[in-house]
Amino acid sequence: MMNSKLAALVAIASLFVAGCASDVKLDDKAATVETRNPVTAGTGNAGKGVTDSPVASVDLTKDGATSAAGRVVYFDYDSYVVKDEYRSVLESQAKTLTANKAKKLVIEGHTDERGGSEYNLALGQKRAQAVLKSLTLLGAADAQLEAVSFGKERPADTGHDEAAYAKNRRAELVSR
Amino acid sequence: MLINRRTFTALAAIGVGGSAHAQFRVEISGVGATQIPIAIPKFRDETKVPHPVSEIIRADLERIGVFRGIDTVAILDETARPDMAEWKAKTADLLLGGSVMRLADGRFDVRAKLWDVVRNKDLGGQSFVVAPGDLRQGAHRVADFVYETITGEKGIFATRIAYVTKSGRSHSLRVADSDGENGQVVITSMDPIISPAWSPNGQEIAYVSFHERQKAVVWAQTISTGARREIAAFRGSNSAPAWAPDGQSLAVTLTRDGASQVYIVGRNGESPRRVTNSASIDTEAVFTPDGKSLLFVSDRGGGPQIYRTPVSGGGAERVSFTGGYNISPAISPDGRYLAYISRQGGAFRVYLADLTGGTPARALTDSSDDESPSFAPNGRLIMYASRAQGRDVLMTTTLDGKVKSKLVSTTADVREPVWGPFGR
Repeated sequence: MMNSKLAALVAIASLFVAGCASDVKLDDKAATVETRNPVTAGTGNAGKGVTDSPVASVDLTKDGATSAAGRVVYFDYDSYVVKDEYRSVLESQAKTLTANKAKKLVIEGHTDERGGSEYNLALGQKRAQAVLKSLTLLGAADAQLEAVSFGKERPADTGHDEAAYAKNRRAELVSR
Repeated sequence: MLINRRTFTALAAIGVGGSAHAQFRVEISGVGATQIPIAIPKFRDETKVPHPVSEIIRADLERIGVFRGIDTVAILDETARPDMAEWKAKTADLLLGGSVMRLADGRFDVRAKLWDVVRNKDLGGQSFVVAPGDLRQGAHRVADFVYETITGEKGIFATRIAYVTKSGRSHSLRVADSDGENGQVVITSMDPIISPAWSPNGQEIAYVSFHERQKAVVWAQTISTGARREIAAFRGSNSAPAWAPDGQSLAVTLTRDGASQVYIVGRNGESPRRVTNSASIDTEAVFTPDGKSLLFVSDRGGGPQIYRTPVSGGGAERVSFTGGYNISPAISPDGRYLAYISRQGGAFRVYLADLTGGTPARALTDSSDDESPSFAPNGRLIMYASRAQGRDVLMTTTLDGKVKSKLVSTTADVREPVWGPFGR
């Protein structure tokens, strides 16, 4: 039932005033129809409310920003340890950061799909922080780095088997 | 939602078939011991309105485990003088009759009368006049009237729930009726939205959105206006909002000092104060009903377990003991029960523990991918997300685990359910 043109912050223009419960007798008060000018932001369209508990929708889908894939560090099951095989990748990243102090790097931690969304968010954060720590030990400044997490919310592989899980237990290094 | 009355009428006409069908999606998979048989014939004129009122009422009453619907093809309104012997022969203990009328201004008048068939007694009637878009709400209010008349407890059918649907890359946080129907979009994003949390007055909803800063940030949004504000957007991830019972502050998980730790911030995100203090993961905090303590998840002992700490901080005591992976605590409104997700042998299931001691924690389901349990505001049902036929679905269960219902089956995956408070 949503208007597809509806953009951010659309307030309901009007609503029909509540009818209350009464004991069997018909509540035959005339309907009070309140009409206000629509309060909108952006390109919103407002229509007439038809419920007593209106819900106004916010649409973020027209608003572009997504991050590009960067270099990826994979982790073992239930592990938050950065494996030796990624040392050269991290060294070159640290070198780039040391050479250009204005450069910033975001490390996005990810998990496989098993378990709760919030706990996985924290586990992904732990992976991102492990990579951040490695980079600082290799000379990058803490202020150039931010560890964040997508938990299990943005899998690289949407499969439900161990092969997919292995691709999802990762940290992505993204220049911002 | 944002449609004029004429459009509504047109949509309503189209909606008749679909909505009637929707009611048959309620799946009672268990049998409780003490269900009261109730006959709910079609309400007079209900076939002329957009939703099958008697079926909505029946599904509500069956879902809560106290009632069992008796099949009937009859039509009965609230002014009838039903022959109790006839209904007794059909094994009904209770009988509900009613009518639905569209008023000149577009609103609906839903009336109902309840009879005690066994005692041949009129148990009273109610009339609910509802806005044009709230016909289902009218049916839920009748279900509450029946539930309250029989049990003496407050009903929860007219409350609201929230959940996130995912279809392709599109994530939508929706607010819906307690049966999962009539979902309306609060916010849509091409990036994840998780962890919705209702303010205690039901007017705002906090959630984690990844879109704006391409990382986890806690927002709060006023449902009726769409006005939203950032609650926590510190360095790192910001997540797991939970409102204090007075609505004046929220517990959140922040990583600004390194590890994921629990903080309390004001209702606009002001004055963050760290509550937990460990080098481990501390997250998913919820307030106890008295507002004095937090239950939260920590892996300080190895695997994730549930702990309790005073909101002032200090010593945390472990609350969950069985199993090596216990997450997502929810506490019943009376503070007695703890629902949570436990992993046992690779299966994630809803467990229930009695915090006053007594019976040990037990699994309420036999499914394997349960998530996000939350209590109905009267404490009589737990809603949770699960997986069925390769889809993420919403379920409810009674606290004895005997009566389960599947809510909304859309083509989208449904996750992160949370039950709203009384009032709307």
